[in-house]
Amino acid sequence: MNLPLIVENFRIAWRALLANKLRSGLTMLGIIIGVAAVVALMSVGQGATADVTSRVQSLGTNLITVSAGRLFTRLGPSLASPSLMSSLYYRDYEAVVESVGDMALIAPYYQTQATIKYENRQSQYSVVGTTPEFLTVRTYTVARGRFLRRQDNVSEARVAVLGAQTASEIFAGLNPLGRQITINGISFTVVGVLEAKGNMGFGGGTDDVVLIPLQTGYSRVFGRLAVNKGKRALSGILLSAYQADQVDTIIQKVEFTLRKQHNLTLRDELNFTISSQSQMLSALSGVTSTLTALLGAIAAISLLVGGIGIMNITLVSVRERTREIGLRKAVGAKRRAILAQFLIETLVLSVCGGLIGILLGSAVAGLLTASGLITARLTVNTLLLAFTSAALVGLFFGIYPAYQAAGLHPMEALRYE
Amino acid sequence: MIEVEHLTKVYPLGATTVHALDDVSLQIRAGEMVAIMGPSGSGKSTLLAILGCLDVPTQGVYRLEGQTVERLSDDRLAEIRSQRIGFVFQQFNLLPRTTALENVMLPLLYNGQRGREREALARRALEIVGLADRWRHHPNQLSGGEQQRVAIARALVNDPAILLADEPTGNLDSKTGMEIIALFQRLNRELGKTIVYVTHDAFIARHTHRVVHLKDGRVIREEKIQKPLVAMQEEQKT
Repeated sequence: MNLPLIVENFRIAWRALLANKLRSGLTMLGIIIGVAAVVALMSVGQGATADVTSRVQSLGTNLITVSAGRLFTRLGPSLASPSLMSSLYYRDYEAVVESVGDMALIAPYYQTQATIKYENRQSQYSVVGTTPEFLTVRTYTVARGRFLRRQDNVSEARVAVLGAQTASEIFAGLNPLGRQITINGISFTVVGVLEAKGNMGFGGGTDDVVLIPLQTGYSRVFGRLAVNKGKRALSGILLSAYQADQVDTIIQKVEFTLRKQHNLTLRDELNFTISSQSQMLSALSGVTSTLTALLGAIAAISLLVGGIGIMNITLVSVRERTREIGLRKAVGAKRRAILAQFLIETLVLSVCGGLIGILLGSAVAGLLTASGLITARLTVNTLLLAFTSAALVGLFFGIYPAYQAAGLHPMEALRYE
Repeated sequence: MIEVEHLTKVYPLGATTVHALDDVSLQIRAGEMVAIMGPSGSGKSTLLAILGCLDVPTQGVYRLEGQTVERLSDDRLAEIRSQRIGFVFQQFNLLPRTTALENVMLPLLYNGQRGREREALARRALEIVGLADRWRHHPNQLSGGEQQRVAIARALVNDPAILLADEPTGNLDSKTGMEIIALFQRLNRELGKTIVYVTHDAFIARHTHRVVHLKDGRVIREEKIQKPLVAMQEEQKT
């Protein structure tokens, strides 16, 4: 194969494409749609991945979560009332503080559903009893008023801090500060409102909460489920490591401490769960990248169909141009010259289709983002992947027709009517 | 130059077979001009196709310039077609939507000539057939005679020793046909090309040194022409 011949074959292919624009367009349509679908769907998938990642990161950097029970046992019907099977207690928190208090900021919390009432309006909200550290650990900021103070816990003060959504739902524009609400019939004074953070969509909201001092909760709100035989249950303990490289050490120390607290040997299964934010991140991004791959695979099916379309048309074209092939062979074209001619032709078709498909897919991704429905994220890798698969599809589905053309007998091809 | 011995070509046709060529032996010397004549179905086109390495015999021996070619691979045959033989067809077989020059350049493409040399050689070939000024025209802008000249230029462009033509005048009126024959005579006389053409026209056949008569796949008679007719003196002026 010589260079002038390859160059000439590209010219031949380009001319054949232009000579029959409608047919070329229809042939490319399958590839165009396939590539556009790959680009658009993968952008959506990657947008979703980026979205989830940023949301998890907004939970607070260096966050370690200790929750009561094993993750899978908590997925049962007891989800709403963790205290039923709670295996994490306030004294565990005290032991953890003793163990890693110099390496991390630590916030214990107990969470339950409760009826919040203001004047004649009432609704169910998530009530979280906690300590002042919760604000920093969960990276909240106070919008108005103040957060819970150490003194509130000591004195079991009946004060509440509202999440942004809770505040706007209950007070609908009124200034909530200083107003009285009741939680399960006990009256509390609103002392602060949090800045909106955006909801995670899993593990409960972040803005539709009511925060109260943990000790006030134990004595007034949470009831007997939380305080059992003098042991005060916790839903979880949140730790924010001061330094990122200490996260693993902290996890080990906490696990050791809690095993000791719970009288578990090294062989026993844990009855609590420790997870770091990076673990959560990798679990979630595992899910979303599987989703992205799945979307891409579905789109690839239309690419396949497009390839079959190209093969079909090229087979017809080989038939129509039998005499031309015969002539080329008669004047000295070898098998591989004819093979190259038709392979290059399908390659040009699929590459053109691929380029148009990339433009179309990018436009769709752009429109989706602009519409605010989904944030699509277009990456160079997606474009490269879509482009190379289009080219490979063209080459692959060109092989059969090209072989047919190359195998024609020169004399019979010349006599073909 | 061309030697064939006991050439047989059998085609399957349904349950039976057809003997297109049946024990044909023939010799053509360098610089000779030969016509192959016969009624349709006599096997003359099949013979020419085998001589042109477009087809291979079922049996027999074919020596081209001393080289045995009847058992060569497809690609080796393609090389021989490219370098040693120019073929001219009844139907011209020019590529549509392609200029005369590009049509003539086509064979050069397949033996790896560079773009500039290709164009120079193709222009030279068009000059020989008297179409130097029409290189830019597409086949549908040329008359039948001009199209056949372009086809002859294409056959000449690799400077082969042998030109083979299958009914080269079959699609032309008699005046234009004679112009083509005159061109062949000039190529034979001035450039020393060995020329073999198939025809069913006895008058056209008598413009050669020798006429080979074929019937039912056999050579029935070889006729030496003592004084070949000379076609159209005026052609030689162009």
